[in-house]
Parts: sequence; structure tokens; C-alpha cells
Amino acid sequence: MALTEERPPLELTAGDEPVRNPLGAFSRPSSSYGWRSWLTTVDHKKIGILYGATAMAFFALGGLEALLLRVQLAQPEGQVLSPEVYNQMFTMHGTTMVFLVIMPMLAAFSNYLIPLMIGARDVAFPRLNALSYWVFLFGGLFLYSSFFLGGAPDNGWFNYAPNSGVAFSPGHGIDFWTLGLQITGIASLLGAVNLITTCLNMRAPGMTLLRMPVFVWMALVAQFLLLFAIPVITVALFLLMFDRLFGANFFNVEAGADPLLWQHLFWIFGHPEVYILVLPAFGIVSDVIPTFARKPLFGYPFMVFSGIAIGFMGWGVWAHHMFASGIGPVSVAAFSLSTMFIAVPTGVKIFNWIGTLWKGKLIFTTAMLFAVALVSQFTIGGLSGVMHSVAPHDTQQTDTYFIVAHFHYVLFGGSMFGIFAGIYYWWPKIFGHKLSERIGKAHFWTMFVGFNLTFGPMHIVGLQGMPRRTATYPEGMGWDLMNLLETIGSFLIAISFLMWVYNVVASRKNPHAGADPWDGRTLEWSISSPPPAYNFDVEPTVEHLDEWWHRKYGEDEHGRPVRREHFTYLSGVDEASRRGGGDDPDVDVSDIHLPSPSYWPIVLALGLPLIAYGLIYTYWLAALGGLVIIAGSFGLGLEPSVDPDAGHGDHGDHGPDDEGHDQELAEVGAAAGGDDDEEAS
Amino acid sequence: MSVSEQTATAPAGAVPEGAAHVPHDATTPAHHTSTGLSHEKLAMWLFLGSECLLFGGLISTFLLYRTREVTAGPPVGDIYDIPFTSVSSFVLLMSSLTMVLALSAIQRADHRRARTWLLTTALLGSTFVAGQVYEFTTFVHEGLGYTTNLQGSAFYTLTGFHGVHVTLGILMLLSLFVMSLRGRLPAGKAETVEIVGLYWHFVDIVWIIIFTLVYLIPA
Ligand code: HEM
Ligand SMILES: [Cu+2]
Repeated sequence: MALTEERPPLELTAGDEPVRNPLGAFSRPSSSYGWRSWLTTVDHKKIGILYGATAMAFFALGGLEALLLRVQLAQPEGQVLSPEVYNQMFTMHGTTMVFLVIMPMLAAFSNYLIPLMIGARDVAFPRLNALSYWVFLFGGLFLYSSFFLGGAPDNGWFNYAPNSGVAFSPGHGIDFWTLGLQITGIASLLGAVNLITTCLNMRAPGMTLLRMPVFVWMALVAQFLLLFAIPVITVALFLLMFDRLFGANFFNVEAGADPLLWQHLFWIFGHPEVYILVLPAFGIVSDVIPTFARKPLFGYPFMVFSGIAIGFMGWGVWAHHMFASGIGPVSVAAFSLSTMFIAVPTGVKIFNWIGTLWKGKLIFTTAMLFAVALVSQFTIGGLSGVMHSVAPHDTQQTDTYFIVAHFHYVLFGGSMFGIFAGIYYWWPKIFGHKLSERIGKAHFWTMFVGFNLTFGPMHIVGLQGMPRRTATYPEGMGWDLMNLLETIGSFLIAISFLMWVYNVVASRKNPHAGADPWDGRTLEWSISSPPPAYNFDVEPTVEHLDEWWHRKYGEDEHGRPVRREHFTYLSGVDEASRRGGGDDPDVDVSDIHLPSPSYWPIVLALGLPLIAYGLIYTYWLAALGGLVIIAGSFGLGLEPSVDPDAGHGDHGDHGPDDEGHDQELAEVGAAAGGDDDEEAS
Repeated sequence: MSVSEQTATAPAGAVPEGAAHVPHDATTPAHHTSTGLSHEKLAMWLFLGSECLLFGGLISTFLLYRTREVTAGPPVGDIYDIPFTSVSSFVLLMSSLTMVLALSAIQRADHRRARTWLLTTALLGSTFVAGQVYEFTTFVHEGLGYTTNLQGSAFYTLTGFHGVHVTLGILMLLSLFVMSLRGRLPAGKAETVEIVGLYWHFVDIVWIIIFTLVYLIPA
């Protein structure tokens, strides 16, 4: 072996780590309980929960903004908000819901579920995962701090040039928007690299790509879209930032700039983005519906390939957002066609869900209700989308409430309903008890009625010409009743959200739900609820799509499923395993070494808002932020991912010849990007 | 689809690798992964894929604006110093060669050579960046500042982004050099050098594209 060759005297033998605690700034955190553990955790499940909790908090804020908008519009000539504040409200509402609610909510599900569903112990880079979360959180808080520092951004979530320039938006609001989204973009990019690597590299033996649950597939496609879409908006954000902070000319029309440049860059990002927002929700319902229809998913390969097709075609339709901006008849015709075509793979999905429901033994749990509502509401949104794709038609609709109706049917009726389906479905896995079904159903029906009451009438006023993004409307246009109904609907939505919050609180004491309360199909149901830190006692070996179902059910001579008498849970379920023995008597789970918690992710992430404030106010702060980032990067990069000083479990039999156990450590260490396991060779 | 249909498709291929007991030495990747690529290397490839669109966006912006009339100052095409930039491009190109030599040295556990080549690569990269700083200053003297006109903004932003990428690469190379000096870069970690190398070659290739599209092909 090369390692034992003679070498110059300076060299240490391989694997000798002379420095155990690089930079020596902190001793390594070690607690896994208490609030402090949440700051330093690198466990994908805890990070998933952090993402989810943060996203729901932002959901409340974004919802509050929406209510203010609706109060203003309840009657003609509304006086509640000034036009300036109204602009800030709809800008922050849209930006919040897209970037701080739905995206992180899907990051929450992806983080929590992907490793469990593919039979892995964590994501590929646990500390990077923690870093993504903190960067996202600080980016969101930075954006929101604009409310206290002279006013929030006010130019819409798409922030068109040249309105976004200093001449037309002299305050700092737009700067907060550009810098804040750059920060959350970094979080998304890190997350994408991490989760794609996890999906591709960490599948359990036998978990071929076409045995991955549909949720994993759709999350994977969405992460690929993020990987390629984030840099495009990053370019747009940088150009705008340079214009505003350093006097560059990218969107300076006086110097001959082309404001359409912004629109192109934004929508080349923006259309893939809408699929980033909805594909994982499609994945969620593709796992929920089969469970409650008691049938395998109809047309699994079609589901997967239509998702991939959407992922590709999503790049070729962006200019349908620009039909009215003068891009010329050839472009309009081309993008009109491509937009019509993208509805095809979307339709395939809808038919597959219907096929799954068809002749199923449907069980309408709350999760199932939300999932079925997604299918129907998304269909409505998809249909109005196809209507926009007809360019002459779109010139009538664009910038009216018809567009607002469209994207709320796909984003709220689709993504958010899917997210709630996922919340009700996986809650018992994550927290050990179910949410109350009774309150859940009340929540569902109130939200369902409220949603349709709010956004249904927008189709009508939109076709009647009511413009979006306008603070008031005159009397006598025939829009009054519809607007009042919409406002009432929006308050129903708010009430339904409070019901959910109440459900979360009231259900805390619910009895333990067990490992597999819904008789699920995928691997996350084969382990205890909540899962142990290391997820699986042993790496499962996968032989089927819907592996867990096949372990539970065989079939009789007619091919009907029959529950087997004996099957084993894969970890943490029976008494022995809770004592640390595992379901598999040969495995000692205290020998599984997980990446150790770390301070560095949160430290490193703190540097970014410092730089951002610094760019707006004083460069000294930016320099400080830069130093924090450099220190943080070295700290994170040089620290071994598995703390060599951490105890090897609390058992005394751990001799130096325990190769097999160290191998286990190496497996997880590799997961963390750590490479401090040379002693095994 | 019925349950039975699914049961019929027995496990294809993909038999698990023993009890994860894959012995490894200095040259094979240390861990079994589903694709065979290490996490780190796969992650770097993904990141570089993303970077392609970053530079794609910046290059497109420049190409859009280089044909526009400028309202003030010289158009950037008039002040290029092609011979000078050709030399600095050549320097950067050569640094890819030394990067390869560094990797092959560390794979042979020839640490002294590896360090020499790592340092040479960093030096060549620094020469390139220094050349860029010099180029920027002469351009400013000739009347093209960052805010002068559209082309100035687009040119400095694009080449500046590239320069920052080179600078980050130099930092990584120097970190590797120091790690190696302190004995923390054994041959078993040659892949770390390989991954930094991937980044370095990528930045180099991007420069070749920029040099061709931005400098050589006339507007
Ligand atoms: C069947 C598939 C779809 C088609 C054919 C389609 C088509 C369109 C078209 C042509 C527009 C531009 C209308 C205009 O501004 O005049 C549009 C706007 C929009 N769509 Fe879709 N769409 C589809 C699905 C989706 C999905 C799945 C989402 C998100 C989950 C979505 C979100 C949006 C948003 C947010 C806007 C408005 C952007 C804005 O102006 O602020 N769409 N859609
Ligand atoms: Cu679109």
C-alpha cells in the first residue's frame, strides 16, 4: 500500500491527525437534548423540523400581509392602506410565500424524508445541511428587517426593471430584496447539491432509481431545477445590486440598457421555479393517495418520467410571462406552443392520480382530503394556465386578477394543499402522535371553502378587467360583490390556519401512534416514530418498489394481498431496540457513529447578513462579515465531521480490533464529507 | 397495476456489497456509494453544473450589450490589448497543466513535488489575476470606468466574477499547500486535490470561452 512507502522525514503517516481541534475556538458541542442542541444539530430530521417550523412562522406573516391586502380591497376606494404600503404588502406577501414558505417547506420534507425513504442514515453532507438552514433563516430575517429600516421592498415579487432602479425606488427596500434573496439562494443551492448527492449516492443496496418513492423522485427533479435556476436569478440579482449600489448601467435605460434583460433572466429562473414549488407537492400526494386508496400508484414509471419531462420542458416556456412586453410575433408563437405542450406531462400526472383512486378502497383521512383537493384544484389552475398560453387570449388576461386566480390555484390549491396533506400524513412519523383527525377535517373543509371563495371569484373579476397590483378600484365596475366575497374567503383561510395551529397544540397529548399508523408503503414506516437518530439499525436491502408494503404483505392464490404474520421493523420498534439492542440481535446500535454537532454552520451563516447590511450601510461591517465567513469556512472545512473525542457509545467492550464497528463509523463519516477514517485502512 | 405484478419483478442487479466491508487503500475511493463517485466529487460536479448557468447568464448579458451604442466613453472593443490578454490567458492555461502534475505527484505520494506544483499553480493563477488588475487599471485610464457605459458595466462584471473565481481557487490551492506542509494531505486524500483541480480546470475553461467570445470575436 502506498501509505507505507518511505517518505521524507517531515511526513506523518497517513491518518495521523496532529491537530484535533482546528482553530481551537470552541470545544465541540456534544449535547443532543435541549434548545442548544437545535443550534448545533446536523441531524437531517431535526433540520427538517427547523425548516418546517420556520416556514410555518413565515406562513403566518405572509398570511397577515394577505389579510391586509384583502381588507383594503373589501370595498371600492379602500382607505386602509396607502398605495405605498399596499405595494410593500403585496411584494412581501408574494416574496414570502414563494421564497420563505413553500420552498423551505419542501426543503423540510425533502430533508426529513429523503434519507428515510432511500434507506440512508443521513444526508450526504450533514453540516452543509445545517448551514443551508441557517443561511435560509438569516436571509429571511434580513429581508424582514427592512420593515424596521425604512420600508420593505415594493416592486412586486418579480421586481421589474427599470422600476427597481434607484431613480424610481430610492429607498433601501429593493436592496433588502436583492441581498435577501441572494442569501436564501445560497441556502437553496447548497441544499440542492446536498440532496442530489444524497439521492444519487446514498441509496440503500437494491434501491435502484426506479424503486425510489415518487416523492423522492419529484424532490430530486426539483433540486435539479434549483441547481440550474438559482444561478440565473443570482445573475439578475447581482446586476441589479451593482446598478443600485455601485452605479452600473445594466438596467439604466438612459444609458441604452434593455429592461427586458431583467424579465428574461427573472423568468428563465421564474418558470422552473414554479415547478420547484409544485413538483415536491406532487410527490407528496403521489405517496399519500396510494396509501389511502389501498392500491399501488397507477403508472409509477409514467409518474416519474412525466416529472422528468416537466423538469426539462420547464426551461423552454419562460417568455409566456412576457407576451405583452413586445418580444415579437415569432417568439410569442414559439412560447405559446411550448407552453401548451407542457400541459401534457402535467395532464399525465392528473390521470395517473385518478387511475390510482379508481376502484380503490378510499379512506378519507385529512391527509387524503388535502391530496384529493390538490388534484382537483390544480387541474383548475392548470386549465387557466393553458388559457394563458393562447397568446391573444393572454393579452386580455395578463396583469388582471385572472392571473392571480391562476397562480393561486396552482400554488395554494396545489403546493400548499399538498404540503398540508404531507403534514397530516407524516406528523405521526415525525412527532410520534397523530394530529386530531376531527380538528383536521374541520381545518380542511374551512380551508377548502375559504380558498375557493377567495380565489374562484378572481377568475370572474379578472375577465371583467380588474387589474392586479392596484391599491384601489372605483365603484360601479361590477366588482364589488366578488371582492367582498374574496375578503370573506380570505378570513376563512385565516381561521382554518388557526385551527391547524390549535390542532398542533391540542394533539400534543395524543396517544402514541406506533411506527406505521397508516399501513404505509415506503421505508420510513418501517422504523419507530419518531425515528432513532441513526434511522436504521442496519442498511435495509431493497427488493421492490414500495418495499415496506412487500415486506408486510404477500399474496394468496388469487393475487390478493395478505398480511404476513412475521415481518420485522427496521429499527427502534420493539423493546430490545429501545434499550439499544436493535431489532436485529446482531447489531449494537450504540456502535453507530453519527456526525457530531457543530457550531460552525451557524457562525458561518451569520457572516452573510453582516455582509448584506454592510453593503447597504457601511463597508466595515461587510469586511467583518467577510472575515466571519472565511473563519467559518476554515473551521467547517478542517473540523472532522465525526468528533474523534466523542465517546464510542457507553459500552466497555470496544477494543482496537473492532474493525467492523469502525467501518460503520466510516460509512457515516463519509456521509458527512469527513475523511478522518484512515485508521481503518 | 396489481400487487402481484409488482412482486413478479424480482430484484434486478444491484446486489448489496457484502457487509459494507469494502477494504480500501490509498487509490480507490474510500467508501461505497451508489454511483461509485465519492460524495465530494459528485457534489463538485453538481456545483460546477450550476456555475455554468451563472457564467452563461453573465456572458449573455455582455453579448447583449456589446453591440449597443454607448452613450459615453469608449466601447470596450476599442481598447482591448489582445497580445497582452493572450499572454495572460496562456499563463492560466499552463496552470491547468501544473495542476495535473500536482495531482499525479500526490497520487504517487511524492509530496515534495506535489507541493511544488500546487504552489506553481497558485503562482500562475496569481499572475493571471495580477494581469487582470493591470488590464482593468489601463482600461480605466483610457476612459472606461465601471459606470461609464453599458459595456463597461458588463465587461467588468463578467471578467470580475471570473477573477474572483480564480482568486478563490488560489486560496484553495494555498490551503492544500499548507495542509500538505503540516502532513495533513496524505496520498489517501489525493481526491481532495483532484476535486480542487476540477474546480480549477473549470475556471480555466470558462476563461477560454470568455476570451474567445468577449475578446477575439469582433462585435
Ligand atoms: C399547465 C401548466 C401551466 C401553464 C400552461 C401555465 C401558464 C402560465 C402563463 C401563460 C402565465 C402568464 C400569464 C400572464 O402573466 O399573462 C402564467 C403565470 C403564472 N403561473 Fe402558470 N402555468 C402553468 C402551471 C403553473 C404552475 C404549476 C405554477 C406554480 C406552481 C404556476 C405559477 C404561475 C405564476 C406564479 C404566474 C404569475 C407570475 C406573475 O406574473 O406574477 N403556473 N402561467
Ligand atoms: Cu410560467
